[in-house]
Amino acid sequence: MLNFIFRRFVLIIPTLVGVTLASFILIRAVPGDPIEVRMGERGITAEQLTLMRQQLGLDQPLWKQFLDYEAQLVSGHLGNSSITHAPVWDEFLTLFPATLELALAALIFAAVLGTPLGVVAAVRRGTVLDYGLMAGSVTGASMPIFWWGLIMILIFSVTLGWTPVSGRISDMFYVEPWSGFMLIDAWFSEDKGAVWSALSHLILPMIVLGTIPLATIARMTRSAMLEVLGEDYIRTARAKGLKPSQIVFVHALRNALIPVVTVIGLQVGSLLSGAILTETIFAWPGVGRWLIEAIQRRDYPVLQSGTLLIAILVMAVNLGVDMTYGFLNPRIRH
Amino acid sequence: MRAFWRNFSGNRGAMLGICLLVVLVAVALLADVLAPHSPIEQFRSSFLVPPAWQQGGSWDFVLGSDDIGRDILSRLIYGARLSIVIGLMVVALSLTTGTALGLTAAFAGGIVDIAIMRVMDVLLVFPSLLLAIVIVAILGPGLFNAMLAVAVVLVPGYTRLARASALSELVKDYVTASRCAGSSTVRLMFVVVLPNCAAPLIVQASLGFSTAILDAAALGFLGLGAQPPAPEWGTMLAGALQYYQSAWWVLAFPGISILLTVLAFNLFGDGLRDALDPKLKR
Repeated sequence: MLNFIFRRFVLIIPTLVGVTLASFILIRAVPGDPIEVRMGERGITAEQLTLMRQQLGLDQPLWKQFLDYEAQLVSGHLGNSSITHAPVWDEFLTLFPATLELALAALIFAAVLGTPLGVVAAVRRGTVLDYGLMAGSVTGASMPIFWWGLIMILIFSVTLGWTPVSGRISDMFYVEPWSGFMLIDAWFSEDKGAVWSALSHLILPMIVLGTIPLATIARMTRSAMLEVLGEDYIRTARAKGLKPSQIVFVHALRNALIPVVTVIGLQVGSLLSGAILTETIFAWPGVGRWLIEAIQRRDYPVLQSGTLLIAILVMAVNLGVDMTYGFLNPRIRH
Repeated sequence: MRAFWRNFSGNRGAMLGICLLVVLVAVALLADVLAPHSPIEQFRSSFLVPPAWQQGGSWDFVLGSDDIGRDILSRLIYGARLSIVIGLMVVALSLTTGTALGLTAAFAGGIVDIAIMRVMDVLLVFPSLLLAIVIVAILGPGLFNAMLAVAVVLVPGYTRLARASALSELVKDYVTASRCAGSSTVRLMFVVVLPNCAAPLIVQASLGFSTAILDAAALGFLGLGAQPPAPEWGTMLAGALQYYQSAWWVLAFPGISILLTVLAFNLFGDGLRDALDPKLKR
């Protein structure tokens, strides 16, 4: 097992270097002089320009610049925003919990609803219910979620007035940012209305971001269940006279869930893509909206390091999923 | 072929997908005939007219008009043309590049294989929409650059697929036979092996249309894709942001068009996969 973990770690090193190379190229490929790109659009004199070129090492050969960049990254310097001048790392850390809270809520929503729906469709295979659920699932998987979000706002916020339109919590409440998860922080705050406010802000973005994972999970659970239900040990369980509910939930579902869980774990990338759109629509103060704003403000250091951080995050999650799977299923360790 | 069609036509979802696609292509081809107005003509006396069946609506603007008096139905009809072009361009670009890279990796092996596949690994680490956004940030916003960006995002999928299927074909006897008969590597790649790897690539390509249209619309919505006044559906939604709360029709119809188009390609692709790969069908 140790050998397996070690090999997986070694395998991601070339990808990691490639990702940093891509991010190194990014800041040189964007239109405009690297100094202007870094400093924003303020005028500087020719002497200042030469001086800054030397300071930033831009007069060095490219390969040396890349090595310097790597050294900088390894020592934890991700640069400063050219608008706010705050370190990119600090901004990321402040905003990331909001994205994590939204993404986790969406995943939980999708799994809690999608698994039973998939099981029902598999057990009632070929019935109207099955067709209905699968039609819903393929529609959900085709959903342009930026439009879906606006439709939800139009129906539930504007017309019915049930939920707020944007943000994480009402301005009326002050919540100590202790865990960064608004729901948890609100729970521990004095004000009991805060929890309700946080929840009502979370619910629409959660449903919108969870729609595509919900469709995927329902569909995968159905096909995994159909496969497992045809196995010999299920027939044996039936022959033994076990209750149908026990067969479905204990014998079949447990085995069907292994591939489903793996696929969910590997979908973190598409979840983050969805988060960019969802956060933009609901003015959710997370890293997705931060990156879109960085583009609009031409804040390239934020775009560069933010993208790099997200890529590293995706790699870490993929590695984690890989290892969990290797742990669960010894056959793939070799 | 006949077995394929029997499998395919028995699939109700796939047939629905085909019908939707036929309608879409017909609308795109006949846009000049079908559209009641020009997609960019502004009727100055008719701002935000509701759809015909609603109070205050008019049959001049069946699905209503937008904030500067353009007919929404006409814009949607011309938008269908854009969507088809986006899908075709993106899939053609990414499919050819990806297949060529995948076959090269499989045939060359060694350092070339490793280099190509590591680059693909790097591309796959970025969330797809984020990668497209970054590419557009470099190239500048616009429909063509957005298509290019989405094409780049799709390349790794085709490369991996082409490489994997080519590797499994390479060990078969007919390839060895052809090689002994003196086929050049290029001939082996594209004439001998490629046709036998085509099925999964075709399925992936038909599903690629839906990703292309969805991502291009998302880029348009974020202001990074097609620019106004182009009647691209995602761009139309971005333009609706200011006043959709009082005029539901400017929001609803472009979104439904995107949804139906993406749904059609997904249904078609799923049907194709089930028909081409009977092992998956239960």
